[in-house]
Amino acid sequence: MKQGIEAILDELPSFERRIDELTEILLTNLVMVSEIPAPTFHERRRVDFLLERFNEYQLQNCSTDEAGNALGILPGEDPERNILVVAHMDTAFSDLVDHTALIQPGFVGGIGVGDNSLGVAAVATLPLILEKLDIRLNSNLVLMGSSRSLGRGDIEGIRFFLNNKDISVSSGICVEGVKLGRLSYGSIGMLRGEIQYRVPEEYDWTRFGAGGAIVNINEIINRMLEIPVPRRPRTTIVLNSIDAGASFNTIPTQASLQFEVRSDSGELVQDIANQIGDISAEVSSQTGAEVEFNVLSRRRPGGIKFSHPLADHAREILKRLDMNPRITPSTSELSAFIDKGIPAVTIGVSDGENVNEENERVEIGPISQGVAQLVGLILALDRGCCDE
Amino acid sequence: MSNATTNGIDTWLKKNTFHHSQFRDLKGLVEEKEKRGLSISLCIPTLNEESTIGKEVVIFRSELMMRYPLLDEIAVIDSGSEDGTLEVARSFGADTYRSADILPTLEAKKGKGENLWKAIYQLSGDIIVYIDADIKNIHPRFVYGLVAPLIFRDEIQYVKAFYDRPLASSQGVRPSGGGRVTEILIRPLFSLFFPELAAIIQPLSGEYAVRREVLENIPFPIGYGVETSHLLDVYTRWGIEAFAQTDLDQRVHRNQSTRGLGRMAFGIMQTFLSRVQKLGIIPTLPDMSTVLRQFQVHDQEFESIQHEIVEEERPPMITIPEYQEQNAARTGSGSASEGM
Repeated sequence: MKQGIEAILDELPSFERRIDELTEILLTNLVMVSEIPAPTFHERRRVDFLLERFNEYQLQNCSTDEAGNALGILPGEDPERNILVVAHMDTAFSDLVDHTALIQPGFVGGIGVGDNSLGVAAVATLPLILEKLDIRLNSNLVLMGSSRSLGRGDIEGIRFFLNNKDISVSSGICVEGVKLGRLSYGSIGMLRGEIQYRVPEEYDWTRFGAGGAIVNINEIINRMLEIPVPRRPRTTIVLNSIDAGASFNTIPTQASLQFEVRSDSGELVQDIANQIGDISAEVSSQTGAEVEFNVLSRRRPGGIKFSHPLADHAREILKRLDMNPRITPSTSELSAFIDKGIPAVTIGVSDGENVNEENERVEIGPISQGVAQLVGLILALDRGCCDE
Repeated sequence: MSNATTNGIDTWLKKNTFHHSQFRDLKGLVEEKEKRGLSISLCIPTLNEESTIGKEVVIFRSELMMRYPLLDEIAVIDSGSEDGTLEVARSFGADTYRSADILPTLEAKKGKGENLWKAIYQLSGDIIVYIDADIKNIHPRFVYGLVAPLIFRDEIQYVKAFYDRPLASSQGVRPSGGGRVTEILIRPLFSLFFPELAAIIQPLSGEYAVRREVLENIPFPIGYGVETSHLLDVYTRWGIEAFAQTDLDQRVHRNQSTRGLGRMAFGIMQTFLSRVQKLGIIPTLPDMSTVLRQFQVHDQEFESIQHEIVEEERPPMITIPEYQEQNAARTGSGSASEGM
């Protein structure tokens, strides 16, 4: 009789079939989560939803914490081992946007369905799925909807939990709605910054360089793009958004630029950030405008190695489910695990498109594969297959 | 209005007005349903609803059949959709019927009321709950909020939905009510002729749960007047105590144009007037036109558009021979119920 990871791999097709019969329940959770607006810092109603589900499944310690995370524990035989499965609850959309979701043959549409309502729905449905698959774990399974993840939230929810928990977390799985086959076990170095350019009201428009905020933020951009970035270690500066100007006949007095610096080297990220800070100060002195440089979030590079059993088995599980693993670095919840030295991976549940657009959608068909992958990983962690 | 009527309305409002959250213990609700030996059918009448029907079916099936077996069947009864309504509903596990295929020996009629009426024949539940298919924010509460009063209270026969979740309110007292047709037409008419019925907050809402014994004994207008006639017929036969209403918070749906509401009001007026005549409240009415005239301007010229709106009615289902035979076969008694 096969044991360890081989036994788990052999069970995956049967898991997938049985999970497929429960897809409707997961879809219902997906729709119900999707229709609850949850802009970052305002996740309270999703917390209520998750806690209601956790209570229905009689999880233990169903609660929320100071950071606004939703938590529940499915108790195992060995209280010393705790596997944390987390999906971030917040979305990139204001609560003023229409959050109606729709179900059509083959897909679910609606804002935030992929990022990350599907991840939350998978976590919400997991206790039922494990029960229906007759799976009893040795480890405690800690289920969590994390708050304050995106943008200015800066994964504050998961960080708060990992900094203040009174249990020892042995490993983690971060669940993202899309995309099935993605696998992250490392984080790159990253810094998210914002430059705010403001022209004072008493500004002298006749002085040198007084072309308005757009011209001057453009000057800052040009200078940023002149910063030399090496190929090794891999490094990029990504301009993410720009906001300036109103209409004709109005000289823009404010502009803001959001950007990311990503690199395999944490030192290089800091070095480039310092250079951008210098550019901001220089442009400020040249133009007489206020230029403010704020760092919104940082990630340190790190993670488990390619050869770590968790990474290895995560790839095997995907292959056994007929998927080619796409290894990508993550800058989301995974970084918090990395900072604490806890082995963890990020996985996707299904395929989807137009993520974070108003016509966002996720495919229904692959969901059972994605959830089977999640169950397989939990079992691999639970049975000690991923211990080094 | 007399003090007695006012007191009666106040008492009824207190006793028979619920909020869906009172019934959120679905496990307890299912236990009570089983204890009482009740079966419950959900009917979703449709006409070109492919964009919303999938979600309704998935949510009701997964929450109220798979997780908590509150519903015994979910049926979509369709008036002849030209889009993929039936295919989508079927693909997610609903029983689907074309209205014209039910009781095919009868002359086919087209209208929402026809679908609701035929559901009595086609579905088997002791309670039938009707939910419109165009609700964008569908949620299990739309069903459990309506059937729960029937499960817990034997004397309640007919439970109507209302929606009372304000987007913002700064006062302790605020107005509550229905849509434009309700507030401009129905409530004034009820206040004039049937003051107790004015306490039904949204008499035209398309969501309600009813006991079979009541449904099979009342006629069904097939068009706009079906909800109004239900209220009048149940009220005159069983009284206000037979009604309850449940607040389901908010309902997001398509808004009708004012012209569309005008056509609705015209159909409802026909039903209302025919009822007050039948009840002898207004013994004689002149012959009334069935044409509603609305107007538009075309190249600076005013022109009328005529809408022929005839509120046809189906008789109580209990009078239909096929239904009597089905009942006889079901009960094995060989004779149909004579009604309540």
